[in-house]
Amino acid sequence: MADLLDGILQAFLLVVTLDSDLVEITLRSLRVTLSALVIASAIALPMAALLVVRRFRMRRLTIAVLNALMGLPPVVVGLIVYVFLSRSGPLGVLGLLFTPTAMIIAQVIIIVPLIASIAHQSLRELWSDYHDLLISMNASQRQRVQALLWDGRRALLTAALAGFGRAIGEVGAIMVVGGNIDHATRVLTTAIALETGKGDFAMALGLGFVLIAMAILVNLAIHWLGHTETEGRW
Amino acid sequence: MQNSLFPLVAKQALVRRRGKVLVGPVDLTLEGQGTTIVVGPNGAGKTTLLKMLHGIERMNGGTLDWACATDEAQRRQAFVFQTPIMMRRSVVDNLAYPLQLTGVARREARARAAHWAEQINLGDALERSALLLSGGERQKLALARALIREPDVLFLDEPCASLDGRATREIEEILQRAAATGTRLIMSTHNMGQAQRLADEVLFVLHGRIHEFSLAKTFFEGPQTPQAGAFLRGDIVE
Repeated sequence: MADLLDGILQAFLLVVTLDSDLVEITLRSLRVTLSALVIASAIALPMAALLVVRRFRMRRLTIAVLNALMGLPPVVVGLIVYVFLSRSGPLGVLGLLFTPTAMIIAQVIIIVPLIASIAHQSLRELWSDYHDLLISMNASQRQRVQALLWDGRRALLTAALAGFGRAIGEVGAIMVVGGNIDHATRVLTTAIALETGKGDFAMALGLGFVLIAMAILVNLAIHWLGHTETEGRW
Repeated sequence: MQNSLFPLVAKQALVRRRGKVLVGPVDLTLEGQGTTIVVGPNGAGKTTLLKMLHGIERMNGGTLDWACATDEAQRRQAFVFQTPIMMRRSVVDNLAYPLQLTGVARREARARAAHWAEQINLGDALERSALLLSGGERQKLALARALIREPDVLFLDEPCASLDGRATREIEEILQRAAATGTRLIMSTHNMGQAQRLADEVLFVLHGRIHEFSLAKTFFEGPQTPQAGAFLRGDIVE
C-alpha cells in the first residue's frame, strides 16, 4: 500500500515538475506508438475492407489466420525482427537495430492483425447493408472499399484505438529490438520494467500512472476529434 | 419515347440457390416503353426476378440480353429496394454519391443533389443524417438517389410497402414524372390500386415463373389464368 501511495506521489511530482527524463521518455513513447499506429492503420484498414468486398480462394483461411495472429507473442515478434535487423541478418545493412525505427517495425507487426481483425468485423456488418446498393450503383471495387472506409470510419476508430492500446503498453518486442537505451530507445514501458528490476517500485508505479493517464488522454483526444458519440452522427 | 437499352430479352433465365429454383426458367421480352408492374403472392419470386433482370442476382442458367453492351446497360439502370438502404451520410451526401461514382466533382455533385432534395421536399434536411429520416423520407431519398443519374430503366421493389397514403402518393408522383421523362419503370407491388394507377403492362409471377404477361387493362379486366383471377380477387393462390 505504501508503494502505491509513493507511486501516486512520484507520478504527481514527475508531472508537476515536468521531469526532463519523463518528458523525453513520454514523447518517445508517443512518437513510436503513434508512428506505428499510423503505418499499421494504413496497412490494416484497406486490407480489412478488401477482405470484406473481395471474394478469392483462401479468403476464409486468410481471415482465420489474421484472427489467430491477434495473439502474436510480442517477444517472438521482437526476436524475429531482431534476427532480420541484426548485423548478420538480411536487413542488417540498414543499421536499424536498437533504434526507434526498429521498435516501430515490431509494433506495426504486432498491431496490424489486431486492427485488421477488428476492422474486418465492423466492415463486414456495414458491407451486408451496402452490398446490394453498391453493386446496383455499379461501384468499382476501389469505390466500394473507399465507401466502406469512409462510412465506417467511426467503427474503424475503435479498431485503431485497440491497436494504440496494444502498442502503447507493449514491452517485450520493443525491449528486444530497442534495447531500452537511455536517451535513445527508452520508452515508458521499458523504463517501468527497468525501475521494477532495480527495485524502485515507487518510480515504476509513477511511470505506470503516467502511462495510463497518457493512454486515456490520447483515447479521449481521438474520440473528441472523431466526433464519436455525437447525436445524429455515426 | 424510345429507350436504346431495350428490348431486354431473357431466355430460359434461371436463379437457383442451394439447389432450389427461386426464379425461372424465364422467357421474357420487355420493350422500351411504359411501366411494367410485377405482381404475385409473397414468396413468388418478384424480388429475385427484379434483381436478376437488374443484374445483382447471379443467374445459374439462361441468358439476359440488353440491346446494348452489358456494361453500358448496367451503368444506365438503377434499383430501389423495398427497405431503403441509407448510407451513413447526410441526405445531400447520399444523393451526391451516385454522381461522384461517375466522376462528377464533389461540389457539383452536392449542388445537383441539393436541387434533387428540394424536389422531394427534403431541402431543409440536407445536412441531416439520412438514418434519422422517417420511413417515407428514406424511400423518397432512395428514389431520388436512384433517379439522380437519370437512368434509362429503374427497377423498384415494392417501394411503397409500409408507407402511408401520403408518402405513397408522393412516391407515385415522382415515378410518374420520371416515366414522363422517358425512364422505363419496372416495379413490383402488392398494392393493386397502385398497380392499376401506374401499370401499362403487368407481369404476374407465381412459383418463380411468369404466369401471365399482358397489358394492364387486359390483366385487370380479364386475367387469362385462373391463378391470376384468384390473385386479383384476393384469394389464396397456391
